[in-house]
Amino acid sequence: MLEIRNLHARIGENEILKGLDLTIPDGEVHAIMGPNGSGKSTLSYVLSGKPDYEVTDGSVSFDGADLLALDASARAAAGVFLAFQYPIEIPGVANMTFLRAAMNAQRKARGEEEISTPDFLKLVRAKAPDLGISQDMLRRGVNVGFSGGEKKRNEILQMTLLEPKLCILDETDSGLDIDALKVVSHGVNALRSPKRSMLVITHYQRLLDHIVPDVVHVMHKGRIVRSGGPELALELEESGYAAYAQDAA
Amino acid sequence: MTINVRPARTAAEEAIAAALEASIATEAGQGRIAELRRAARDAFLSHGLPSRRVEEWKYTDLRAAIRDVPNRAPAPGTVEDLEAAPFVPAVPNAGRILFVNGVLSRAGSDFAALSEGVTALPLDTAIAAGDPLADRINALSPSRYDGPLALNTGFLGEGVALRVDAGVKAARPVHIAHAFPGSEAVSGFTRTVVVVGEGAEVTLVETFAGRDGVAYQSNHAVELVVGDGAVVNLVRIQEEGDAAFHFGTLMLELGREAKLNLFALAQGSALARYNVYGRFEGTSAHAGIRGATLARGRQHSDTTLVIDHAVAGGESRELFKTVLADDAHGVFQGKIVVRRAAQKTDGRMMSQSLLLSDRAEMDNKPELEIFADDVQCGHGATAGALDRSMLFYLRSRGLPEKEAEMLLIQAFLGEAVEYVENADLRDLLIERISGWLEKRAA
Ligand SMILES: Nc1ncnc2c1ncn2[C@@H]1O[C@H](COP(=O)(O)OP(=O)(O)OP(=O)(O)O)[C@@H](O)[C@H]1O
Ligand SMILES: [Mg+2]
Repeated sequence: MLEIRNLHARIGENEILKGLDLTIPDGEVHAIMGPNGSGKSTLSYVLSGKPDYEVTDGSVSFDGADLLALDASARAAAGVFLAFQYPIEIPGVANMTFLRAAMNAQRKARGEEEISTPDFLKLVRAKAPDLGISQDMLRRGVNVGFSGGEKKRNEILQMTLLEPKLCILDETDSGLDIDALKVVSHGVNALRSPKRSMLVITHYQRLLDHIVPDVVHVMHKGRIVRSGGPELALELEESGYAAYAQDAA
Repeated sequence: MTINVRPARTAAEEAIAAALEASIATEAGQGRIAELRRAARDAFLSHGLPSRRVEEWKYTDLRAAIRDVPNRAPAPGTVEDLEAAPFVPAVPNAGRILFVNGVLSRAGSDFAALSEGVTALPLDTAIAAGDPLADRINALSPSRYDGPLALNTGFLGEGVALRVDAGVKAARPVHIAHAFPGSEAVSGFTRTVVVVGEGAEVTLVETFAGRDGVAYQSNHAVELVVGDGAVVNLVRIQEEGDAAFHFGTLMLELGREAKLNLFALAQGSALARYNVYGRFEGTSAHAGIRGATLARGRQHSDTTLVIDHAVAGGESRELFKTVLADDAHGVFQGKIVVRRAAQKTDGRMMSQSLLLSDRAEMDNKPELEIFADDVQCGHGATAGALDRSMLFYLRSRGLPEKEAEMLLIQAFLGEAVEYVENADLRDLLIERISGWLEKRAA
């Protein structure tokens, strides 16, 4: 599904990703953990095509295609989805309008027909309540006046509707209360499938209790410095990142 | 008093002066109207076209911009009326008055079929019949010389006079449509006089549209008297052809507890100036004066307001949104005057602009002139580009860049459009704005 080779990326003069390698096969869930500032969000932005970043070396292949050759909109249509660490508020664009525009834009890019209004409404009515998204939140501007947890749930609603191939979840657990964590994890797990891969960025083991990963990676200073099974997350919870400070420097 | 050392007349000014003389000579020379025309001609002869040396015209120099002045068109026939159709947007449920190439189309207008309690007369008929509406002509004109308004008065003749009887709640909007379908450049000078009686309510829609590539000049002035406790909703849609010059003037008087809710959309013409003179004559009146301007290419679009609070307790809200692409130039000048007697005035003015290109330019000039001590007045202006993080968020969900931009621009303008209370008209405005945005994106 995703194959990242020797990825170097910078913002301005600042090189953040420094030769990152990562492979995620179809259907697998990989977690990335790592200290603040190690470049986890940067990786998620570079993969989803945020214009501020410059890739200076390396390659990213997505389902065999050169992901870096596509712009952000085309990557989304190709099936990349980023659940933002800090979802953006967009006053004046109703959440419903936005959801529908996004679905239709992706369908159009894939040469499919637009979704009809009744089908769209039916779909949203079926999915939104499970994630605790009220009618009022659908009518409001995108994320406007949403609590931190509500924003995260709205990200998962978008992901559910858009059915991406690769889901990148950047600290989706932060800001969630215990119940919301379950709701969101349930929503994510419902999307697990042999055809869909996930990259879950988190600081905490507790999310990985709910969304059990196939592989856990440790990121440090812009590189993957260790990979292992789910037990690696438990180990990190115990000992922190101190061990990586020297060898990755 | 400034000493008026006039530079030599330009060729256009000479031509206008000659046309004014000719027009005045041929028009019936009776009474007050003839005097108004002559006074306007005299004012034009001494001031000419306003140049950037005149403060209010600093950003919109008509002396430099106006190179010639085309002739006025003859009265439209069936052919012209048919040609006009594509330039007349459909306004749901409205009764219509139609001007074609700057001349009233009697056949294309529903004089007899407006709402109960709403009377409309061709302006010349009102003048000839000595209707009291004709006495309102120029009753609200500003004391300072205004070039386009002087021309509008000098060539006075075409127009419509409307009366809404006291207490009448007009069932249907009145749509005053100005179409310039002709492929030959003409000048149109039209006037609308509206007197809305005590406690009456009416919705007026003015539309302006014309053929692209034709350098016609459209000059329209409205005099609007909103009686005590009356409510007027006024929506204006300016979509003149891309080579046209558009001059619009609104002279407004608000009675006691009167209410005006204006929305002015400007997205056409090569050069446009919309001048609003609003005067609070009765206490505790309310004016919402809002609008949206969209300009691209080398378009120049100027909105200038003078809101005069002459009496106590008035409330005014001005909100103008401007979207500029390419090399477009936007101007917003807004002046709120609060006279000594106008205690408890509450005036808020805001101009916000969105610049879609580095070459686009916005000039804002807000002014407060306050002579009363117990008032709340404020103004603000912002300018900026589209929010990059919002754009990326939308694109990360699959929206193509242009579509993402469009959603954000619509959201920006929506904050002003939402004040239009009539849902049909709100939809109409949104549709026209979307049309502009889609054309730009294509
Ligand atoms: N716009 C920017 N300009 C310069 N440096 C930046 C910019 N954005 C991020 N950085 C730097 O890049 C580095 C990586 O940031 P990133 O957000 O990817 O870290 P992270 O691993 O997601 O951290 P956290 O766990 O706190 O979310 C940080 O040192 C950060 O300061
Ligand atoms: Mg981060």
